[in-house]
Amino acid sequence: MNGTGALVRLVLRRDRLIIPLWVVVIAVLPITQTSAIAELYTGEQELRRFAESFGANPALQSLYGPITHWNAAAMGTWRAGFTPVILALASLLTVIRHTRVEEETGRRELLGSAVLGRHAGLTAALVVTAGANLAAGVILALSFVSQGHPVAGALALGSGYAALGLVFAAVAAVAAQLTEGAGGARGFALSALGLAFLLRMAGDSTGTAWLSWLSPIAWGQRMRPFAGEVWWPLVLSCAVTVLLTAVAYVLADRRDVAGGLLPPRLGPAGAAAGLTSAFALAWRLHRGTLAAWCVGVGLFGAVTGAATKAATDTMAGNSQLMAIMVALGGTTDMSDVFLAGLVGIFGIGVAGYAVQAALRVRAEEVAQRGEPLLATAVSRVGWAASHLVFALLGPAVTLVVLGVCVGVAYGATVGDLFGHVPRLVGATLAQLPAVWTLAALAIALFGLAPRLVGVSWAALAVFLLFGQVGAVLDLPQPLLDLSPFSHLPKLPGGEVSALPLVVLTAVAAALTAAGLYGFRRRDVG
Amino acid sequence: MISVSGLTKTFGRTRALDGLDLAVQPGEVHGFLGPNGAGKSTTIRVLLGLLRADAGEVRLLGGDPWKDAVELHRRLAYVPGDVTLWPALSGGEVIDLLGRLRGGLNRTRKNDLIERFALDPRKKGRAYSKGNRQKVALVAALASDVELLLLDEPTSGLDPLMEAVFTECVAEARGQGRTILLSSHILAEVEKLCDRVSIVRDGRTVETGTLAELRHLTRTSISAELAAPPGDMDGVHNLRVDGTRVSFEVDGDRLDEALRHLLARGVLSLTSRPPTLEELFMRHYRSTPDHDGYGESREEPVR
Ligand SMILES: Nc1ncnc2c1ncn2[C@@H]1O[C@H](COP(=O)(O)OP(=O)(O)OP(=O)(O)O)[C@@H](O)[C@H]1O
Ligand SMILES: [Mg+2]
Repeated sequence: MNGTGALVRLVLRRDRLIIPLWVVVIAVLPITQTSAIAELYTGEQELRRFAESFGANPALQSLYGPITHWNAAAMGTWRAGFTPVILALASLLTVIRHTRVEEETGRRELLGSAVLGRHAGLTAALVVTAGANLAAGVILALSFVSQGHPVAGALALGSGYAALGLVFAAVAAVAAQLTEGAGGARGFALSALGLAFLLRMAGDSTGTAWLSWLSPIAWGQRMRPFAGEVWWPLVLSCAVTVLLTAVAYVLADRRDVAGGLLPPRLGPAGAAAGLTSAFALAWRLHRGTLAAWCVGVGLFGAVTGAATKAATDTMAGNSQLMAIMVALGGTTDMSDVFLAGLVGIFGIGVAGYAVQAALRVRAEEVAQRGEPLLATAVSRVGWAASHLVFALLGPAVTLVVLGVCVGVAYGATVGDLFGHVPRLVGATLAQLPAVWTLAALAIALFGLAPRLVGVSWAALAVFLLFGQVGAVLDLPQPLLDLSPFSHLPKLPGGEVSALPLVVLTAVAAALTAAGLYGFRRRDVG
Repeated sequence: MISVSGLTKTFGRTRALDGLDLAVQPGEVHGFLGPNGAGKSTTIRVLLGLLRADAGEVRLLGGDPWKDAVELHRRLAYVPGDVTLWPALSGGEVIDLLGRLRGGLNRTRKNDLIERFALDPRKKGRAYSKGNRQKVALVAALASDVELLLLDEPTSGLDPLMEAVFTECVAEARGQGRTILLSSHILAEVEKLCDRVSIVRDGRTVETGTLAELRHLTRTSISAELAAPPGDMDGVHNLRVDGTRVSFEVDGDRLDEALRHLLARGVLSLTSRPPTLEELFMRHYRSTPDHDGYGESREEPVR
């Protein structure tokens, strides 16, 4: 354990931007959902009707879990039912990042030769992640208390979130001991999270309680915040966390630094005939992520598409809500309004993918894997472009998959299987200019100010917040207009004007060109 | 092949290269030596067009390494000092890929090198040790049909057995008429392989020439037992006198004069140690930036 304190400070320094960012974004989402619902559905009757009809919808249940009560706080936390999964995801990635990735890059060996206990790295990663989860829980609870919601419910909600984050931090700690590479460990921990989600989904949508109970994601919901709190699931989460952490430490004792418990797999002795260009290499590096995004977006698109009709049927009974939605969405067709909102949220998500894909080229450069390539007959622009193709076309593929899946699933519920597909593919593709603008911002930073590439993530987070809470917080319009997403048409259903799309695309093209120009002129490394 | 003059490169406030000169003739193995942070890797990166020179003239294979990077890179291969591989690609895949990107790989030589370096090409990048990562880059470079090899501390991490294999391979490459720039900290390696060397310190070339030329610059250590005390001696270094016993170091061109001085006092016994390159290197490695050149280096004051 020697040196854990120093490592904790190191981890905090390296993550001083990203951890506060996800802690705050995750912690404020439930209260914004609650406030939005409280504003839209006034009075017991409307809330009750909303709860009953939504609660009866299997697709929504599978996505968010069961509705426990019809008060605004319970409904808001239900509506934010996917947020704890994001918290678990962030925790898991943080732990892997500060254990396995460190070992893979050899940094840990460097530090390990200084006076560090052999568990210091694992402990530091767990301490920081636990701290972040507790902070998220506290902010979450305080946000509800400050809005006048019951203290007990706020506490149950906050502790349920933090406990889930801790469980998956511990899962990641175990995964980090099993495989040799960071990729393998990440895949292992992500599969565990995916399995937990699927178990809860299957259990809740079919009403099979024991299936749900197998999933840590359900435990926080079963604490019934704002619906007659039940505290003992918290004991379950804590016990599992402690158990998994103990397992991780035992496993850590049995392996070498940078080694794994599972034997590494062997690859081919020579390259396939196709691996002849920088682009072929980029395809190898990007294809897994692209496939994962397509599958993920397709699944969630299908689930929400299938839930659209039921959701809009109930909204149609609420005249006040109708008025607001029409104002927001510019159309009177409720299902179009709902779908447009959905497409907008996915657009931000896909922009996250685009930024990540664009910054892969910078990650390669920092890892010194660009240098050997650029020392061959690969030009700088050729190398950068091999990655940027995925940042620009990858999102297009993902959005088409989204449009098709939402369209077919929605079509199935309204008895027109393929009729809505073209409309929805058009709607999802309309997100592309804004997605490109963000990817292009990352490219521009890569070329002109490579040390500041993290700014593109900050911009994405700010635009996400603008979209989620901008209207609620009454932020000034010129500020909101900074977000490229605010200029997109509300599709399907809304009016399309070509000008903003053309302007955004032109901005993206200019930023991309500037980035490539800068990269041609600057030092590599 | 390579000619560099007055090369300057600064990173923020660090001056990594400060008027460096380097000339590498076709067909030679040129040793590139200097203490940590002297600017060896930076020079090689400039030669590869990865860094842009602030000032100075740089020519590589008759072209400008910054402007003509892509064409020049078809004719050279590079092994970085610290090789990082793609975690998911096997060593064999990386060797083939880099070879193809350079414009071709000699298949028989590749297989031969893999065998001689005892490399398992099926392992994934993340599973290789430091030495094995280095071997992957070496095999990829040595198996390519190129005129020029730029090797930046290529043997760091290799065990003595593999170092011997590397030495053989470089000798073979020279036999095939290739030019090699070899940055290294290992003197035995340099003495064995290099035709000429350049020693850099603080971004400047402080010595360059064939090994024989450099040997002339080194000093012979002499210790002797005399019949009478030696009295004053000029032009020697590290003079130590203990009654009639004396020891000192002397530059090659003053040796004759010093020996005459001793003979005049009557020599009872004498041992001399021949000049080694190591001493020359040590002197350059240790010197402070202010005391340039050989001769007036920082040495413990005598007497
Ligand atoms: N990208 C960079 N940014 C800032 N400083 C740098 C950078 N690259 C090199 N330097 C500095 O330039 C100087 C020369 O470094 P270089 O890597 O060329 O030395 P070297 O001779 O290769 O040393 P070694 O034997 O340790 O490999 C050092 O002081 C180093 O700190
Ligand atoms: Mg170096």
